[in-house]
Amino acid sequence: MKNTLRYTTVGLAGVVAMAFGASAQAVDLNVVSWGGAYTASQLKAYHQPYMKANSDVKLNSLDYSGGLAEVRAQSEAGNVTWDLVDVVVADAIRGCDEGLFMEVDHDALLLPAPDGTPPTEDFLEGTLSDCFIPQIIYSFAFAYRTDAFKGEQPKTMADVFDLKKFPGKRTLQRSPVNNLEWALIADGVSVDDVYDVLDTPEGIERAFAKLGTIKSEVIWWTEGAVPAQLLADGEVVFGNGYNGRLFSAIEEEKQPLAMIWDGQVLDIDGWSIPAEGKNKEEVLEFVKFATDTQRLADQAKYISYGPARESSLPLVSKHAELGIDMEPHMPTKYADQGFLTNFQWWADNRDELNERFEAWLQQ
Amino acid sequence: MRAADGTPLKVSIARAMRRNRLLALGLIAPLFFFILFSFIVPIVDMSLRSIDNSVVPGVLPNTTAALRDWDGEGLPPEATFAALAADINAGRESREIGKVATRLNYEVSGMRGTIMGTARKIARIEEGPYKEALIEANKDWGETETWLLLKRLSDPYTFGYYLNAVDMRFDSVGNVVAQPEFRQIYVNLFIRTLWMSLLITGLTILLGYPIAHLMATLPLRYSNLLMILVLLPFWTSLLVRTTAWIVMLQSEGVINSLMVWIGLIANDARPQLVHNKIGTIIAMTHILLPFMVLPLYSVMKTIPPSYMRAARSLGANQLTAFVRVYMPQTMAGVGAGCILVFILAIGYYITPELVGGTSGTLISNLIAYHMQQSLNWSLAAALGVILLGTVAALYFIYNRIVGIDNMKLG
Amino acid sequence: MALPSYAGPVERIWYYSYRVACGAIFVFLIAPILVVIPLSFNSVPFFTFTPEMLSFDPAGYSLRWYRDFLNNPQWIHSLQNSFIIAIASTILSTTLGTLAALGLSRPYTPYKSVIMGILISPMIVPLIISATGMFFFYTSIGLAQTHLGIILAHTALGTPFVVITVTATLVGFDQSLIRAAQNLGAAPTTVFFRVIMPLILPGVISGGLFAFITSFDEVVVVLFLADFDQRTIPLQMFSGLREQISPTILAVATLLVLISVLLLTTLELLRRRSERLRGLSPQ
Repeated sequence: MKNTLRYTTVGLAGVVAMAFGASAQAVDLNVVSWGGAYTASQLKAYHQPYMKANSDVKLNSLDYSGGLAEVRAQSEAGNVTWDLVDVVVADAIRGCDEGLFMEVDHDALLLPAPDGTPPTEDFLEGTLSDCFIPQIIYSFAFAYRTDAFKGEQPKTMADVFDLKKFPGKRTLQRSPVNNLEWALIADGVSVDDVYDVLDTPEGIERAFAKLGTIKSEVIWWTEGAVPAQLLADGEVVFGNGYNGRLFSAIEEEKQPLAMIWDGQVLDIDGWSIPAEGKNKEEVLEFVKFATDTQRLADQAKYISYGPARESSLPLVSKHAELGIDMEPHMPTKYADQGFLTNFQWWADNRDELNERFEAWLQQ
Repeated sequence: MRAADGTPLKVSIARAMRRNRLLALGLIAPLFFFILFSFIVPIVDMSLRSIDNSVVPGVLPNTTAALRDWDGEGLPPEATFAALAADINAGRESREIGKVATRLNYEVSGMRGTIMGTARKIARIEEGPYKEALIEANKDWGETETWLLLKRLSDPYTFGYYLNAVDMRFDSVGNVVAQPEFRQIYVNLFIRTLWMSLLITGLTILLGYPIAHLMATLPLRYSNLLMILVLLPFWTSLLVRTTAWIVMLQSEGVINSLMVWIGLIANDARPQLVHNKIGTIIAMTHILLPFMVLPLYSVMKTIPPSYMRAARSLGANQLTAFVRVYMPQTMAGVGAGCILVFILAIGYYITPELVGGTSGTLISNLIAYHMQQSLNWSLAAALGVILLGTVAALYFIYNRIVGIDNMKLG
Repeated sequence: MALPSYAGPVERIWYYSYRVACGAIFVFLIAPILVVIPLSFNSVPFFTFTPEMLSFDPAGYSLRWYRDFLNNPQWIHSLQNSFIIAIASTILSTTLGTLAALGLSRPYTPYKSVIMGILISPMIVPLIISATGMFFFYTSIGLAQTHLGIILAHTALGTPFVVITVTATLVGFDQSLIRAAQNLGAAPTTVFFRVIMPLILPGVISGGLFAFITSFDEVVVVLFLADFDQRTIPLQMFSGLREQISPTILAVATLLVLISVLLLTTLELLRRRSERLRGLSPQ
């Protein structure tokens, strides 16, 4: 009996020692992203090749639904468990302001393009910011049901807001962001002047007034999968959503939908590194790999978002499963019909406008 | 008088009582401390956020100290500008200045830009006079309003979030004023939450009273069967029932399809029954109905049927007998059920979130919004404390009327 | 309350319309659950009864949504989490709650109503407030996004039910039984397991069932405290419903109804047993 006990103890100690020995070598990195098809495309393009090449690193993929709530709570508590977070640029800027994310020197930390162009010149203009490493350009654009209207089909933002010519329900995101811009564009403001007009109290009034003209016909969505679903079910005739989701509804599920690129709002998504993360060195190695020219182009094989590097654009090829040419589905191809969202303006104004928008919805 | 061992009986009883008390407290202690630390402390901790204003005095200590002596007229003296420059510089290096920017932006839109813009340029301002340099960096520093705002937020505690929670705010000189009309949202939402909870409580009485009465007056073997129809939904997952209502009410759902099939409505004119107020009311009435039926039933079961017979034989007709004799005896059950349903309804989150759309959401949904989306945690805490206060008051009444010991479960 | 033979026509009409109204209310109570179950066997992804289903054509029915559920590692993982968390928190809350109820039911317990108020509070405080408070506090002590954190949170939410049901059982408990056992020389543990426990067992079990269903059904706290690893069935359903309602969710819902039927049956058997023990048998 005594012997059994001793052997068991020795055995246990051995197991514990092995477990600790193993964990001292391998590093677990918690990489947080949006889930669904988007995370799947990252796993195929970034995580799997990286883990193949670096057997000592284990990348745990976690899902979240966006926002800074968890990062801020972890930082306040001094217990940061996330190592790398996939964020939209607006959150990156806000998190950077609040000291939640670490500042990165893009040229020092990232790989140059194959021809030697440094990262600060290779990443598309206006996409870099202090704590943010861009991955993709995506867009918010409208799609409509091709079987909804006889004769003339909608083409412009003004058509989306025209209930007489194109009657039927629309679905819009439940947020003032983008909707106010679109209302102004539909009201005749040119794409270049949108933020100048919005910066005045009259401009805001005008945007809300225009939005009010279709309010009765709008179903508001909060989850990214909803607009494609509502369009596919025929519950709405127009819907705005992430272009990638609309792409899969059109090309993968063969729904009778078509894109309206006019007035599309381009937005950027990328990596931010929590300032108090525990494995920064290892994370930076992974980020360096995952944001090189080839990897960014690879991701576009699995999802229709444009790579954020100039040098990746020519490498974008065919969809890995569907075999269709991805280039016509990249929002960057239609960049001149839309505009880049003004992050700084929204960072300054979103608290008030969110409240105002919610109050407006309740009226 | 003495006990068997010779000690005075009084002492002996006192000792036994003390031992009894200690034993009782000892049995309660584990749970008591567990609840204290896993539940009460977190909620108190959360509540304190609603008055917390430590960010501004914490990150701008010199400025807030210097502003204490400022009379609020014109612009503060050069020394205050110098203090601000030093604070912003230190805040930029510790990367905490953004917290001030976020905090001020809740009060005045655009202040984020003022603070962050100044912080970006601050490194270039190496020496005085700081007044001109700061105004040069951002013209807002030349406005009395900006300084009044900073002065107002110098205290580590504030009631500002509670004012925001009832659609009010401090103006630049510290008077309490109403928010501009286009930002008024919370009072309406509180009213809607109370109104809808009241309506749902009313509906549960309307539906619960007859079936509780039926079950209480039927022979036990029938009423036990019917009781299963009440208890099964009661024990079924909230999400299952919410799912079921979405399936029933959506435009391609069971109810609409049934109405089209009967010919009550046209196929292309299906009414919107879900993702609005109607959806929330129907689903919540269904979910909370058992909480009304169970206390009603347990009270009605104790009323002897002979009372009604006596009333009738004394000449009252059925209606009079029911209203004058039966109903007054059920009031305790009605009161208990009402308060219970009302308490549960005003704090509901999941069902309104899933079936409420924009017009059918309640105050809990806005608390969740400020927790997860806007990150204005102090405002979320203030709204939460108001809701908690309402519930606590109702619970107090419930405890007075019914007594928590008499609560019946299932 | 049968209709007496001397009832007039008005009373007759009233009597029957009252019965019909009650019938309609019972249909309202049970219909949603009854509708979900057959629709989960729908062979096509629609949420209404297809003509094939209505004519009981076997082609209209299928188990494909159940297969979807079983073949989806995310759902299975959530199911495991739900059971782990619910069982662990049930054990904890039943133990703590029973002890406290025994303490509360002894004569001469001081500050009874204050203590009771605090112990019951997790049941009264709106869940969104509990979840918010726990989110901040559990993050600060490193328990957020762990199984342990969620188990502790659910334990707190479940104990009021145990305290209430066990206290209710103890109302009729004859304290002199304990003294009798002690007089006969039984040690305190013997008294507890041989005398007290058998008598309060039905209360303990039904309290435990309430604690179990509270945890198994809870989603708000999980929403704030869990990340992907701690996902439970209700959370998976909640996020699924926010996006789009899928027939797989109906299959899961049907399985959950089955679990509630099991719990309800257990509870009903217990109730009958305890009534029999107390000599209050029905009829």
